[in-house]
Amino acid sequence: MDLKDKLVSSFLAFEDKVDVHNPVHDIRSEAMKTFEAKGFPSKKEEAWKYTSLNTLQKIDFSIFPKEENALEYNDVKKYFLHEIDSYKIVFIDGIYSSYLSETTHDGVDICLMSAALTKPMYKQVIDVYFNKIASKDDSLTSLNTAFSREGAYIYIPKNKMPKKPVEILHLATGNEAALMLQPRSLVIVEENAELQVIERHQSITGNEVLTNSVTEIFAAKNAIVDYYKVQNDADTASLIDNTYINQKDKSVVNVHTFSFGGKLTRNNLNFYQNGEYVDSTMKGVTIIGEKQHVDHHTLVHHIEPNCESHQDYKGIYGENATGVFNGKIIVDKIAQKTNAFQQNNNILVSDKATINTKPQLEIFADDVKCSHGCTIGQLDEDALFYLQSRGIPKKEARALLMYAFANNVLASVRIPELKVRINKLIAKKLGVNLGFDL
Amino acid sequence: MLKISDLHARVDDKEILKGINLEVKAGEVHAIMGPNGSGKSTLAAVIAGKEEFEVTKGSVSLDGENLEDSAPEERAHKGIFLSFQYPVEIPGVSVTNFMKTAINESRKARGLEDMPANKMLKLIREKSELLEIDRKFLSRSLNEGFSGGEKKRNEIFQMAMLEPKLAILDETDSGLDIDALRIVANGVNKLKSKDNAVIVITHYQRLLEYIVPDFVHVIHDGKIVKSGGKELALELEEKGYDWLKQETVV
Ligand SMILES: Nc1ncnc2c1ncn2[C@@H]1O[C@H](COP(=O)(O)OP(=O)(O)OP(=O)(O)O)[C@@H](O)[C@H]1O
Ligand SMILES: [Mg+2]
Repeated sequence: MDLKDKLVSSFLAFEDKVDVHNPVHDIRSEAMKTFEAKGFPSKKEEAWKYTSLNTLQKIDFSIFPKEENALEYNDVKKYFLHEIDSYKIVFIDGIYSSYLSETTHDGVDICLMSAALTKPMYKQVIDVYFNKIASKDDSLTSLNTAFSREGAYIYIPKNKMPKKPVEILHLATGNEAALMLQPRSLVIVEENAELQVIERHQSITGNEVLTNSVTEIFAAKNAIVDYYKVQNDADTASLIDNTYINQKDKSVVNVHTFSFGGKLTRNNLNFYQNGEYVDSTMKGVTIIGEKQHVDHHTLVHHIEPNCESHQDYKGIYGENATGVFNGKIIVDKIAQKTNAFQQNNNILVSDKATINTKPQLEIFADDVKCSHGCTIGQLDEDALFYLQSRGIPKKEARALLMYAFANNVLASVRIPELKVRINKLIAKKLGVNLGFDL
Repeated sequence: MLKISDLHARVDDKEILKGINLEVKAGEVHAIMGPNGSGKSTLAAVIAGKEEFEVTKGSVSLDGENLEDSAPEERAHKGIFLSFQYPVEIPGVSVTNFMKTAINESRKARGLEDMPANKMLKLIREKSELLEIDRKFLSRSLNEGFSGGEKKRNEIFQMAMLEPKLAILDETDSGLDIDALRIVANGVNKLKSKDNAVIVITHYQRLLEYIVPDFVHVIHDGKIVKSGGKELALELEEKGYDWLKQETVV
């Protein structure tokens, strides 16, 4: 049985586990129909031209983990940014681990989607927000919606700011030979409220994992959201990340995506500017090698006037790695005075590595400032010689240059400990010890 | 200390150095002058080990050791320093971090431990004072957005930090204002000792009034066409290069 058929038939089993009378289930059933009709995207579709899901579909993934699995804190500690200074929502093989988590209801809700989708006290919020910005025709998003049950639920009321960042950690134990996970998260940041989130998917064994995740983020007027995605997974773990962001007047949302590993990573990052004076920033650093594949598909839809969007993605591709950047910007006719910037710079450090980069601009307004640029190059030989001439060995000099290349993306990371952590990951990725925290 | 014999070098198919002979002893200052495009920077880069240039004949040796197979960083570890005519901008790496890395890599190559942080700071403070460099400058990205003069001053700061055996200053004077020229020259002179040597590449006599050369060489078309004492620089200032170019034809 191929994966699609397996998923379709699993939906019946899934229905035994959830409350089918909950209105949410109508949404799930609708979504299942969409997935059933569309199936997995194929390379024939323009948006999936360079990313193939064929081999993944041949793997016999378990759709539900057989049993709950416990992990010791010490075994997974290294995947957390903080021992104490963060809220934590942790899932093991898709199941919430209260033992590893630190949630709160103290003025803000930092808890679980399973609770939000079932408990009456959240019903009103769910009615207003759940599946409202996520695509209803995208097949993979629909697939996630169909199986939506667990994930992170964050609600920050007006004028509030949680005392510390939230870490969302999805761990896969490898208890199953191959496991498919479909976390569904909902993040709502109300007027004048603020939030910082770090999200990570981590497989701790060499077994196959496929994660198809959907996150909806709603930023109300004047809200500020910093969202960091740390993707440094095992070589047998694949991730399809579908993130949808809705922004109201004067809200600021920054998404940083650090892609350092994993077998296949596809980021579908979608911004909808449903308000004026909105600021949307998406930045990424991708450093991969071996046969790793990272595909960034961004969309910024400028729906209202006077908004800005900034995109800055840097990629370093070694060995047989393959990268994709596709940045789509739509500026509606009424969205005058839009400023949209997009930059994608890449360095290929091996002859066999490839990158496909493409801006896709659809501009219907006339008073807009829009710029985009993409570069693909090698390391600057003159700069390399300069560093070497000061006694820095070639390998370190290369690393330093690559670090420098990625640096302006790091500069905007607003959690200092995270910045240090990312620096270390980069140094490790580049195989050097630079002797100082960059 | 440095011995260059019949050095030929080319890039792609273009021969640039066509038989350079030069010997620099410890304690000496040599000036190299010559028209634009004559090969001065190329000579400097070849001494520093830039791989882009292919040495087709002849050799460069330091303290009797042929440098043929030494990478640029190894030459740096052996004490060669090149102050670039056009220092490269490295965004994202601060001057301080760059210097820390450079110094500790050189120490590592000599089997030494990293320099303790407080010692490093002291050294940085001392050398930046010597070159009258504002401390704020040191946390900026290396050369990024530095003015022409600031870049040159920063090169000499790096030289002061690394204390090379052989320093090659490629047009360090160009871009410097009169005060900066004095500060930089003064810095170089303070670092000068009987154990090290300096090669100054310049177009102007002015720098040589501060850093007084023992020898002046003129390069034309990839060869040293004339060598002399410091008075040669004055003569060149007066007469230009044409008389030398003609001499070589004859
Ligand atoms: N990478 C290169 N590729 C091709 N030609 C080169 C390269 N580097 C140097 N050259 C050529 O070699 C010749 C010597 O250049 P070089 O930079 O050594 O001159 P210079 O004496 O330092 O000149 P200036 O006084 O203008 O600094 C020039 O004709 C230059 O164009
Ligand atoms: Mg030159």
